[in-house]
Amino acid sequence: MQQFPCPWCGQRAEVEFRYAGDAGVKRPGRDADDRAWAQYLHFRRNAKGPAQEVWIHTAGCGRWFVLSRDTFTHVVTGSEPMA
Amino acid sequence: MSSYTRTAQGGAIDRTKRLKFTFDGGTYEGFAGDTVASALLANGIRIVGRSFKYHRPRGVFSAGPEEPNAILDLRHGTRHDPNARATLEPLADGVVLRSIHASGTADRDRLAFLDGFARFIPAAFYYKTFMWPKWSAYEHRIRSLAGLGRVDAAGRAASAAHRHAQADICVVGAGPSGLTAALAASRDGKRVILAEEQPELGGSLRHRETMIDGMPGDAWVSGAEQSLRGRGVEVLRRSIAVSLYDHNVRALVQKGVPESANDERIWLVRAGRIIVATGAIERPLLFANNDRPGVMLADAALAYLCRYAVKLGNRAVVATSNDSAYEVALALRRADSAVHLVDSRPEVEIDPTLSASVRGAGIDVLTAATIDAVIGSRGVEAVTLSNGKTIPADLVAQSGGWTPSLHLYCHAKGKPQWDSLAGSYRPGAPVPDVDVVGAAAGIWDLDAMLQHATVAAGGEVREAPRSTIRVKQWTAPSPLPRGSTKRIWVDLQNDVTTSDIELAVRENFSAIEHLKRYTTIGMGTDQGKTSNVNALTFLAANASRDIAALGTTTFRPPYVPVSMATIAGPERGQLQAPIRRLPTENMHRQEGAYFRDYGGVLRPAWYGGDEAGIAAECVSARNHAVVFDASSLGKIEVIGPQAAALLDFVYYTPMSSLAVSRARYGLTLSEAGIVADDGVVLRLAANHFVVSCSSSHVAFMAGQLEAWRQDRFDLAQVFVHDATSHWATIAVSGPDSKRIVAGLELGIDLDDSAFPHMSVAEGTFGGRPARIARVSFTGERGYEISVPAKFGAQLWQCVRDAGAAPLGIEALGVLRAEKGYIYVGQDTDGETMPHDLGMAGPRSKRQDSFIGDRSLFTPAAGKLTRKKLVGILAEGNTPIPVGANAIEIIGGRRRGIGYVTSSYVSVHFSHPIALGLIEGGLERGGAIDLEHLGQRYKARIVPPCFFDPKGARLNA
Repeated sequence: MQQFPCPWCGQRAEVEFRYAGDAGVKRPGRDADDRAWAQYLHFRRNAKGPAQEVWIHTAGCGRWFVLSRDTFTHVVTGSEPMA
Repeated sequence: MSSYTRTAQGGAIDRTKRLKFTFDGGTYEGFAGDTVASALLANGIRIVGRSFKYHRPRGVFSAGPEEPNAILDLRHGTRHDPNARATLEPLADGVVLRSIHASGTADRDRLAFLDGFARFIPAAFYYKTFMWPKWSAYEHRIRSLAGLGRVDAAGRAASAAHRHAQADICVVGAGPSGLTAALAASRDGKRVILAEEQPELGGSLRHRETMIDGMPGDAWVSGAEQSLRGRGVEVLRRSIAVSLYDHNVRALVQKGVPESANDERIWLVRAGRIIVATGAIERPLLFANNDRPGVMLADAALAYLCRYAVKLGNRAVVATSNDSAYEVALALRRADSAVHLVDSRPEVEIDPTLSASVRGAGIDVLTAATIDAVIGSRGVEAVTLSNGKTIPADLVAQSGGWTPSLHLYCHAKGKPQWDSLAGSYRPGAPVPDVDVVGAAAGIWDLDAMLQHATVAAGGEVREAPRSTIRVKQWTAPSPLPRGSTKRIWVDLQNDVTTSDIELAVRENFSAIEHLKRYTTIGMGTDQGKTSNVNALTFLAANASRDIAALGTTTFRPPYVPVSMATIAGPERGQLQAPIRRLPTENMHRQEGAYFRDYGGVLRPAWYGGDEAGIAAECVSARNHAVVFDASSLGKIEVIGPQAAALLDFVYYTPMSSLAVSRARYGLTLSEAGIVADDGVVLRLAANHFVVSCSSSHVAFMAGQLEAWRQDRFDLAQVFVHDATSHWATIAVSGPDSKRIVAGLELGIDLDDSAFPHMSVAEGTFGGRPARIARVSFTGERGYEISVPAKFGAQLWQCVRDAGAAPLGIEALGVLRAEKGYIYVGQDTDGETMPHDLGMAGPRSKRQDSFIGDRSLFTPAAGKLTRKKLVGILAEGNTPIPVGANAIEIIGGRRRGIGYVTSSYVSVHFSHPIALGLIEGGLERGGAIDLEHLGQRYKARIVPPCFFDPKGARLNA
């Protein structure tokens, strides 16, 4: 029932989007050690409170973007295109 | 003889419209304007059901959504509601009602004897007793004893529509506060939606004596309703706000939708502000046998008398802890009942005017007194008081105070605060965009309520309607029973007594969330609307804890039960999960295809009659030619200067080295290195590829390509376009396939030197574009011809006319297994990496990045004991079932070492063949033992390709 601001399409219903994970996760190169690779694959902040997330506007423009929202209050504070 | 009667006059019922209904087989009559509950009461029916656990007789207890007892199986025409709340359901002609819980009828329940064993079956008895050998051995019988109404699986599910609406302000509840708020909110043209759970507006004004702006309550309500309609306010009756969701969306369930074919409608209202005017629910008192029919909430007794003209007794005892029940006592007295008023407060705490008004009406008033117990088993016969007196009675109307309805405020993450004066919760800190007004906000004085609601809705105090009637002490903390050893009910619906709470405290389940689960208190379909606060108060006293520190359990949506059919609305069956269809479906139907759902696509399993045809299809494929509809295979176009680079990253198998006009089989992995899909990639031009992935993985692959495109590539240099449904793909396979394809005159050179296995070319079919790929999934020479979707049937017909036999998916499954071609997801699992499938090349050779690259070099990825793809050849002629476990016995201990993933009887070899994932794979070699459901099998591990391992037939 939430509404998210797609940077390209504007305010749209939650059902048009799909969640795609935490924003800012960097993919290590092939020389990464096991620990760094495991961090990339499996470890996430799971924040309660302000969070930056990647969402994709599947039923709209199909673009990925970064959404800033609070995972507890569900207040959305903004969105921006992927860096 | 029951003492319940319809009074000669009064009530908001239409006595000219008689409605017939039945209850537990008996036929009765009510009037238009009755609820099911009021009609039952008017017919003198005391016992409307049995209790959940002890099968005690139960009667109507309330007149609203809090009803714990009067839940009935209701049928009307084709409509069936197995758990209708009699207090909210308007009576209709021809309604058929049955009591639930009872074995037989509510009046004569064969399970009534269970109450005699009550002392042996306290809270948590089941969990302590039915442990051996396991709960599931008893579960079925115990559940059949309890368990509310039964869904009729063959019956029609309620039909429901979903409606999305927008409003500036949504007001929930149309009592005095809600109406006032709606009036103030709509004054300057704002869009307002007002929802009321009852069929009529007015709330307490419909049966309580009031004056607002010099008018009696009901007259003021009519005036307010007219004003609201005049301003275009959407007024929804029988509409309960069941939940409040994020970003100011609330869900309303509307029953009996006017001018609609639907039984119910869900309104999803997104409103700028939400005004919660949901009122308060009266609390019962705690005394022995307080669950007997004839014991009810005082306000409900008043509502039945004033709204529905039902007099519920000739000798009433009104028991109260506050002022609100005095009006009830007076109304019952006016209806010629003998009335005893039992007030738990000492005389000095009671307003003398109030006291004098009841005494003056001839009501016997006892102060500083409480009810000790009710006497009578099938109804109230008398009550005994704390002072030892016994009073003959047929009705107990009780008020233990009022509990604000804060569910919606809590859904919005509001935190209720304990109000020790009222003995209940009221809203704590405000929640953005949500205002709680009226009794829900713990405001009991009508004039104060009207002012507060006006201001909350954006009006000024001076604009508020005025009332001169002053309320002194509307609510008070629940009085507690003193050391009673008798059975006192706290939760009527789930049959929880004070002794159950005492037991829980003794066993240290005294945290509120533990208490709830241990005793099931508040876990009925009424969600403890009449029991939660009493339970908390009793628990606090018993565990010697501060009630304000106990906290509450979480209020979760919905406020009242909503049927699954209503939540689903029109999204059922094909509208919920539509099956995808081939463009050539009609063609296959004419061919006598038997269809099955394969990964969401309806495809021919085999042709002509029964499964015996599968073997014949296999023979045709190996000896002549077959035609197979491969239209659902993915056709995702990847276009642009960086197309090859994107595919190199997404595929484990490198694609940039693929020559133009050639095709390559490849795997894609997840970032964890697990095989995610396989398929063939065609290169039509240097910058133009087509990804032909598995039918059921098209959406996944298109998403995967798009995700990495946006993450790592220049968006102007590479595009991804899923064109799967634009094309029909007809595959021709078998030794005769070249001759048949040549006859189609596609305008390409089919000579094997110009067009060898794994080639692609663009030609035409009847003047239309056609793409021809020489690929194979059968192990025979094969051609996949793609034409625009609407010409698929025509192409199919041409190929059939040229002599190819139709091939279904089941036969294809046999042919591909003979070749050791895998189905990803069936022959691979959540641990399978490419080198487990014998495709280790890119892992050892590639230096560049691709999805899952680093995962292929973790310690787990390098283990020698990984499960690897093998062929499994059974000894003897019995096929080994899919899922059979390969086992190893070392020192008498058995250990699973893998399992069978695909199993068929090979037509070509006339012998069972299977594929499997086995620890160590081929290297472990030789014989293995397998087991399935107690059956042992012996087999040999062989390479996964059984047929033509050198691939001579692909090129021949």
